[in-house]
This record gives sequence, structure tokens and C-alpha cells, in this order.
Amino acid sequence: MKLLELHGQALAELEQAADLEGLEAWRVRYLGRKGPISQSLRSLSSLPVEERRLQGEMANRVKGSLQDAWQSRREGLRLAQVSKPPSGVDISLPGRPVPMGRLHPVTQTFRDICAAFQSLGFEVVEGPEVEWDYYNFEALNIPPGHAARDMFSTFWVDYTDDRGGHPMLLRTHTSPMQVRVMEKTQPPVRVIVPGQVFRYEATDATHEAVFHQVEGLAVDESITLADLKGTLYEVARLLFGEERKARFRCTYFPFVEPGVDMAIDCAVCGGEGCRVCSGTGWLEILGAGMVHPDVLSRVGYDTRRYTGFAFGMGVERIAMLRHGIDDIRLFFQNDLRFLRQFR
Amino acid sequence: MKISFRWLKDYVHITLPTQEIAEKLTMAGLEVEVAEALGDQWEGVRVARVTGVAPHPNADRLRLATVELAGESQTVVCGAPNLSIGQRVAFAQVGARLVDGHTGQTVTLKQAKIRGVASAGMVCSERELGLGESHEGILELPPDAPVGAPLADYMGDTLLEIEITPNRPDCLSVLGVAREVAAITGEPISPPALDYPEEGPPIGDLASVEIADPGLCPRYCATIIQGIKLGPSPRWLQERLISYGMRPINNIVDVTNYVMVEMGQPLHAFDFRTLSDSKIIVRSARPGEDITSLDGQKRSLNPDMLVIADAHRAVAVAGVMGGLDTEVTEGTTDILLEAANFAYASLRNTAATLKMRTEASMRFERGLSPELVPPNIKRATQLIQQVAGGRVARGVIDVYPGRTDAGPIVLELSEIPRLLGMEIDRAEVLRVLKALGFECREDSPERLLVNPPYWRSDVRLPADVVEEVARIVGYDLLPTTVLSGRLPHRQPDIKLRLKERVRDILSASGLHEAITYPLVSADWLEATRSPLGLRLANPVSREQEYLRTSLRPGLLAALATNQKFGAEAVRLFEVGRAYLPREGDLPLERETAVAVLWGGDGDVLWTVRQAGADFYEAKGLAATLLDRLGTGGADFVPSQEPFLHPSWQAAVTAGGRTVGVIGQVHPDAADVLEVDGPAVFVEIDLDAVVAQSGRPISYRHLPRFPAAIRDLALIVAEEVSARQITNILRSSPLVTEVTLFDLYRGRPIPTGHKSLAFRLRFQSPQRTLTDTEVDRAQQQLVERLGKELGAVLRSA
Ligand SMILES: [Zn+2]
Repeated sequence: MKLLELHGQALAELEQAADLEGLEAWRVRYLGRKGPISQSLRSLSSLPVEERRLQGEMANRVKGSLQDAWQSRREGLRLAQVSKPPSGVDISLPGRPVPMGRLHPVTQTFRDICAAFQSLGFEVVEGPEVEWDYYNFEALNIPPGHAARDMFSTFWVDYTDDRGGHPMLLRTHTSPMQVRVMEKTQPPVRVIVPGQVFRYEATDATHEAVFHQVEGLAVDESITLADLKGTLYEVARLLFGEERKARFRCTYFPFVEPGVDMAIDCAVCGGEGCRVCSGTGWLEILGAGMVHPDVLSRVGYDTRRYTGFAFGMGVERIAMLRHGIDDIRLFFQNDLRFLRQFR
Repeated sequence: MKISFRWLKDYVHITLPTQEIAEKLTMAGLEVEVAEALGDQWEGVRVARVTGVAPHPNADRLRLATVELAGESQTVVCGAPNLSIGQRVAFAQVGARLVDGHTGQTVTLKQAKIRGVASAGMVCSERELGLGESHEGILELPPDAPVGAPLADYMGDTLLEIEITPNRPDCLSVLGVAREVAAITGEPISPPALDYPEEGPPIGDLASVEIADPGLCPRYCATIIQGIKLGPSPRWLQERLISYGMRPINNIVDVTNYVMVEMGQPLHAFDFRTLSDSKIIVRSARPGEDITSLDGQKRSLNPDMLVIADAHRAVAVAGVMGGLDTEVTEGTTDILLEAANFAYASLRNTAATLKMRTEASMRFERGLSPELVPPNIKRATQLIQQVAGGRVARGVIDVYPGRTDAGPIVLELSEIPRLLGMEIDRAEVLRVLKALGFECREDSPERLLVNPPYWRSDVRLPADVVEEVARIVGYDLLPTTVLSGRLPHRQPDIKLRLKERVRDILSASGLHEAITYPLVSADWLEATRSPLGLRLANPVSREQEYLRTSLRPGLLAALATNQKFGAEAVRLFEVGRAYLPREGDLPLERETAVAVLWGGDGDVLWTVRQAGADFYEAKGLAATLLDRLGTGGADFVPSQEPFLHPSWQAAVTAGGRTVGVIGQVHPDAADVLEVDGPAVFVEIDLDAVVAQSGRPISYRHLPRFPAAIRDLALIVAEEVSARQITNILRSSPLVTEVTLFDLYRGRPIPTGHKSLAFRLRFQSPQRTLTDTEVDRAQQQLVERLGKELGAVLRSA
């Protein structure tokens, strides 16, 4: 058969191939090693040089054309086959669950806060939850009888020392770690301290006797209140997003001077004032300030050489603001219906 | 503290709106909320004078009143019995918004005809103005009320709710707040008058004061006023006390309270004639001494308490409350006025012991300045003389053993940018400090000598002065800069990382993280066989009396909670601390990981059928956890933990050390914690794991030759453990993996026996094993199992 006739016949038969099997049979028949084109190419050697060239060119052109036709026919058939719906497909049936638990929202918030500060060079450390009066109060400029003790209603441990005193307590804040860290290291210091703290108070929707804080401390030569502001604004941006505004105002904590209270604008009312922000438009998220010179000198730091800043924030409060949680007691209830809502 | 905006304006000129003042004070350190505005609703209400009263033509109970407002006259129908000509009243014109006297609703006053007579408005009662509850008659205004003036201008007020931080007792006074306003707005302060005529005898002839315990009473001042006329205070004074939330009593007591609120210093007035020997002695209470305080209660005193005494007895608990015996009463004509300074710590203790936190003690506790005493006693004496008459004795008794002279604070101006990271002009620094009442001397171009004003007890260090400047200039102006400088040398905290790892592994294993209360009851600890540990001296309740010594009760309670809420499967874990007491030291806070597994068996989803929580789930979990922590795996050995079911439990070991326990919760513990049904528990001591964890990982080459897989079903007696069999199977050098894939009891296996089927992987690192080699190895294993454990092959 002439190659051109063969070409026509093959293309016609290709149209008849109804499925992938028929197509494969066609391929073997025309393009296989025993097919007519292969044979024709093999027989070229017996022809004279000039004819060999012409025949060869022709055979290769026919082969190429048939290969292309086969290729496109195959794609057509594949598509037709895959697009024909088999029975029993219901993609709405639930997928097989991957059993993964979730981290407590307090842990997640801890991690977000720690990550933000770690990116600024802070190291995470932890400290004891049961503390001495000295670290919790005295070393932080709150001697016995000081009115600032009212700011920290305290759980006392039923423990009496040699001198008849009762110096053991549940720490009311993570700030004792400021002193413990400084006692052990020389500047530069840059730490954050996540941890559990305790307050002697009745619980309600906004108060818990047990909650969590993150403390921060940086001490070095030439650390300023402006550095504190820059650091905390950056962290607020990381935690609450670009669009939130922050506010720095003066307040009092015995162990800092100057003292700072930081707030972000209320996302609920956009700063107009509402019930969530008690009409002020601002939500306080942390207390901070420059480490008090008396605290620094008590641990043996040279106050003329070193300055530092410290801050402390309530983790539940931040989680509540970020997720719109309206009752702090949920954090200790461990109701799976609550826990499952977090990542 | 709630203070009246109107009162505040007595001392400082305020032009800014209230809200703006509140914001500025808040930024500067005094958190202010605009609490209540009085008079916001008085639009259309003005002061009027009653010029005529006539009977109503058609009603006996009603009258027609003619009122005059700045030239114009109006006639209104009025039902009040106390209406009379010449009165100043609050007149509401048509359109005014008022509280309906009967319904309590706010309504807009409409033009009305009452019994046929047109009424041009209304004369208001207290209640209609929102001033009080009285609706019996109309509100009578003082005779000097300006006719025609809007009532809001005359009587309107705003209350500021101010949160005063403990360092600023000077701001527990209207004058103190006024000084802050003045400093912020740059307005001058007009302090109250302190002058009065002294027409009595020299005070030294009348009384004497002795301080027996100068450590607890740095200063005591007294004045005496004779021939006073006791009675109610004038209306303005009463109104101010009411605005602050105090009940007016009589003109003497009211003045002491007024001055305390006005200028910050608590004062006390004694009936001078009741003081025996005209003596004041400030001393410690005697053992067994008692006093009946002003509230009529008998109080037992102890020698830690400071009292004010006369020659014979305690007449007041110093700085806390006066005594009933020496109270100013109806018959009082002569008074001794006390203003003193007391050591805050002792006073705070006394007030707490006696459970008498008073307005006075609250101020003293914050450490008032002794310098506050003279101006305050003068102010009070002046006011008493003004409102109660009498002759003031000449001079003031001033005993001041606690005088200290700290000298000025040396402020290097470079300290300002060093602390703030912001330069503030020298002139601006001087301006701010002067506005706050500080005296500054310019010692050199680089530094100032600063003397704080007498009312400030909280400014002692250069840093304190820097804060004063910064807060008035405004923290708003602070730039935001980033930390520069050296990074500290950091050492990763291994335990912290381990804990985070545990949380990741357990949550990835399908468990949800719980955080439970670290304070638990003795019952819960006992039920979970945990020792009692540290007790709180002041627990809020029996349920939260002890620091937990294990995390068992908390997590079981969390399980019970979820069961009550209808959960069908619960998988919870917690990473937290157990507090284990140590002699003479803080407790050991042991980091512990616990997990509780319960329920979840059956068809959980159309495509998933699941086994319920049981011992083996706990075991798998513990093994996975320890493996992933890099302890080189876990081992499980028999244990005797009373918290767990005696049979279903095992100790967990890693690296040859016991690190925890797993098992089914003992039914007794489950009962106490109200856990329903069998739950399994995992408890791992992370402190013990730390040492074993994080072993270095060394890579093993991947096998280069194929493995042969053989299944082997064995029948053994019940007593033979799976471990015994696997130990033998693993003994063959060719066996690289042993998997128990089936456990079967029942026909045709004889009773007292079980069938265990293992999948064995035979593999050599050197070559492809031949069938003969594998057969031979397997045969040897079967023989050994038969000989040592009585195992027989189960025929297919
Ligand atoms: Zn809001």
C-alpha cells in the first residue's frame, strides 16, 4: 500500500476508535514496531540513495502526522472517560476526621505574645508561682504596710518561718521574676516571663482568682521610655493588627518610675465609647514603666550606668479582646464546646 | 473618689469642656470618668420668683401662681402646698424636658389647660428635676438665686469619678485635683482662705499635747475654739458633702469632713470639756484597753495600735475613728480640733485589725505629708469659726518630733533624655515644675535643685521629677524607638521547650488542652491519692483551700464537667505544675503532663468505627509521647498506684527511670470527682523526662535488601504475656520488626488460653535472605516459644 493511502486509512480508522483500548489496538497496528510504517522505514536500506531519501522523508512525515493524531485522539478519549460520572459519588459525605486536638486559648495567646517578643530579641524564662514576700513585694518597693499592697490582694500560704513571720504567698504578678532574673545576670537583660498568677478575689465575669500574665524586662545602658513605647506599640500591632491605635498614659506602679498604662482603642465601638470600654473608647492592656532606681540598686545594678523598662500584661484579657470572649471564667471551665473554638 | 466639678471650679478657672479635662487628667495619671451630669436635662428650666398666688376658679386643690422671670410674667396652675409669694423656684417653660412626677418617665412639657385655665409652664419639684425623690411640694431655691438665669447655670454640676493611685494621697482632695487641672491647663490656683481672728486665750493655757510614740506620730497639731454654736451646716456646705457622698451631721463634724475632702488632711474634733485634764497624749494602747467608737461599737485595742488619749483613757483610735465619749454633741460649746500625721504602716494594720477602713484611714494609709497638717487645721478652724461662731484660742499647738529635712532633689537635666528618650526644653521643664508647685533653683546650666511642694509625699528621686515633667508635657509626645544595643547571650530553657513540645505532641494526638485550677479541696486530693501539701492561710473556700500536689483532681473534674454537658468522647490533657512542699523552702513546682481519656467507642462517623478509651489507648499515647520527646521510647512495668485500678495500671519508665504512670482511674476516685464510667489516665513527670529527653538522633542506613514477611499465630496460656513472646521473637538476629496483629479468645481455642498472631519482618543488612534461611530462623523461634512458654502454633 502506498504510504499516503495508508495515512488516509489510518486517520479514518482512528475516528472509529471508541475507547482507550481501541486506540491502543490502532496504535499497535499502525505505529507499532511491526506496523507498516516501521516496515517501510526498515526496508529503505534496499533502495537507491535518492529514492531512499524521498521515501524516508515521506515515511517520517506520515509517522509524525499519525503520532500527532493519536496524541490528540487519546487526550479526547481520556477526557471523555474521566468526565463520565461513575455511580455512588457523593462529595458531600463527611471526610474521615483527622483527630487533632487544640491548644488552650491561653497557651495560644502566650505563644503569640512570646513569639512577638522573641522576634525583638527577648528570651523566655519562667519562675516560681509560690513566692516569698520579698520577691513579690519588698524587692519591688512594696514594704509591709504599704498602701500599694491593696493593688494586689494576696493569697497567703499557711507557713510560718523561724521568726514567726508568714512570708510565703502565691505570686500576685509575674514581676518577682524581674528581681530573680537581675539577681542572676548582669546587663544586658532582655527577658519575658509567661506565667500563672493569683489574686485573692471573688470570681465574676471579669475577675478570676487565678490568671496568666506575661512580664517583660529589658535593662542595659541607654534604654529609654521611648524604647518601651516603640517596643510595646510594635507588639500591639503584631497582636491586634495594623488598624488598632495605642495610647500611652501616666500611671503608678511602685516598682517603675515613670509609670505607664497602655491601652488600645476599643474595636467594638471604634473609640466612640461603649459598654465594653466603659464609655472611654480605650481598653487597658498592660502596665509598664522604667524600672525604679531602687529596684535596680537593690540587685546591685549601677543606676547611673543602667536603665531599664518593664511591663506586664494579662493574657486572658488579651485573649478576651482578640476573640470577643465576654466571661473570664470560661478559661478555667475546660468546656470542650469552648476549647474547640480555638486553633 | 467622686468630686463635684462645680466645687473644683472654686480653686481653678476652667474653660475647657468637662470631657476634655477628664481626658487630660487621665493621660496625666488621674484616671477620670465623667460620672454624672446634673442639669443636662434642664433645658428650658429657669430660676423664677413667685409674685402672686391666687385660687383656681374651678378646683379647690389647685392654685394659680404668677411667676416673674427677668421682666416677663407667666401664670401657671400649681398643686403644691408650699407655694408662697417671694419664693425663688425652678420654672419649666413649655418645651422643657422633665421627669413625670407620677410615672418617672421623661416627658416634654406641653401647653396645657388645667381645669379650664391655661398654664404657661410648670413650677418643678425635686423629683421632676431629677434631684431627689421629693414630689410633695415644689423645690424652694435659696433667696439669692438669680431670677431669670437658666437653672443649669445656677445649680448644674458634673461629678467626676476619679481613680487615685496609692502614691497620690494629695489628690484625694478637691484642691489636689484642682492643682493637677491648673498644672495641665496653665491656670493659676486660688487656694482657700486660712485666716481667722484669734480672740481666745493663749492655747498653751488651755491644753497640752504629748507624743509618747514619735515613731508612729511624726506630727500633732491642735486648735481650740470656745463658745461655738452647734447646729446644722449651711446649705452650701451640706450640698458639697452630699455631692461627695457624705451625710451632713452637724456644723463641726461637717467642717472636719469638708476640709478633709477639700484639702486632703483628716481632722477630728473633740468636745474639749470631756478631755480629762485638758490633755492629749498620743500613745500605744494598753493591754486590755478598749474604746467605744463613734459608731457605738466597743472595740478591743492592743499595744500595736496607736491611740489618742486624755489623762485617763483612749479617746480615739489614731487616724481611724474617734471615740463616743468625747464626741461633739448637742451640749458641746468648746472643741479641740486635731490634725495629725501618723505612720502609715501601723495605722493600716490597726484599721485592718479593727475592720474600720474609714475615709480618714484610707488617706493616712497612703502616706500623707506631715506638712499638710498646719494649713489644714487653719482652714478647718477658719471654717468652724465662720459657720459655728466661737472664739479661737491664740496660737496652734504643733508638736513635730518627726521633722526631717531631706534637702532638694538634684536633677541633672541629662537625666530627662536618659530616661525618656526625648529632650525637653529647660524652660519647659521649669514651667511645668513651677505649675506643679515645685520650687526650682538653677544650680548650674546642667542641673536643677528641686524642692517638691509640701503636699507631695511621693516625689523623692530625680526619676520622680522626670515623671512629673513627662506626664504634664504628655506621654503622647514620646517618640517610638526600637531597642538597640547588645543582645543578651541567650540559653534556651530546655524544660520550657519540652513543655511546648508535649503540648504539640498531645494536641496533634487528638487531645484538647485544658487548664485547671491549681487550688483544690482536701477531699479531691485525698480521693486522687495525692498528698495534702501546702494550705492557704486565707482560702476563698474549702473547695480551693490547698495547692494541688498532682493534676489528677483538676483534670478529672474537667472530664466530669464535659460529661455533664453531654460530651460523648473526651480526650483532654494538661501541662501544669504540682506543688510539693519542701522543709523551710518554697515548694518544688514539678512540671507534670496529664491526660484523661474517656468514651468514644462505636460508630463515630459513617466511615469510622472506633474503640473506646481504654488502658491500651493510654499506653499508646504515653509511648508515642515519650518516643517523640526523644527518650528512646518508653517501657511499661507493673505498678501499685492506689489512684488507679489495681489491675489496669502500669508504671512508665524511660531510660531505666520511672517517669510516670498510666491506667484506669480507680472507681473510688471517679466517684468523688463525679466522673461517669471508666476513664483512663496518663501522668508523666516532666522534670524526670527532661533528663532523658532530646537524645541525639543518629541516622541508620536504609535497608538495601528486601525483607521477608511471615505471619505466626500462637496459642498460649492466659498467664503468658505478650511481652514474653515478643522478647523471644526479637531475640532472632534476622527479625527486625514484630507486630502483634491479632488477639483471639474463644472457640476453638481451649479455655484458659488465647491466640496471638504476629507479623514478623525478617531482614539482613548484608544480603537477600533465602526462604530456607527464613524458615530455619522461624522454626528455631517456634521451638523456643514451645519450650519456654508452652506455645503451640495455631494451625490454619
Ligand atoms: Zn468601646
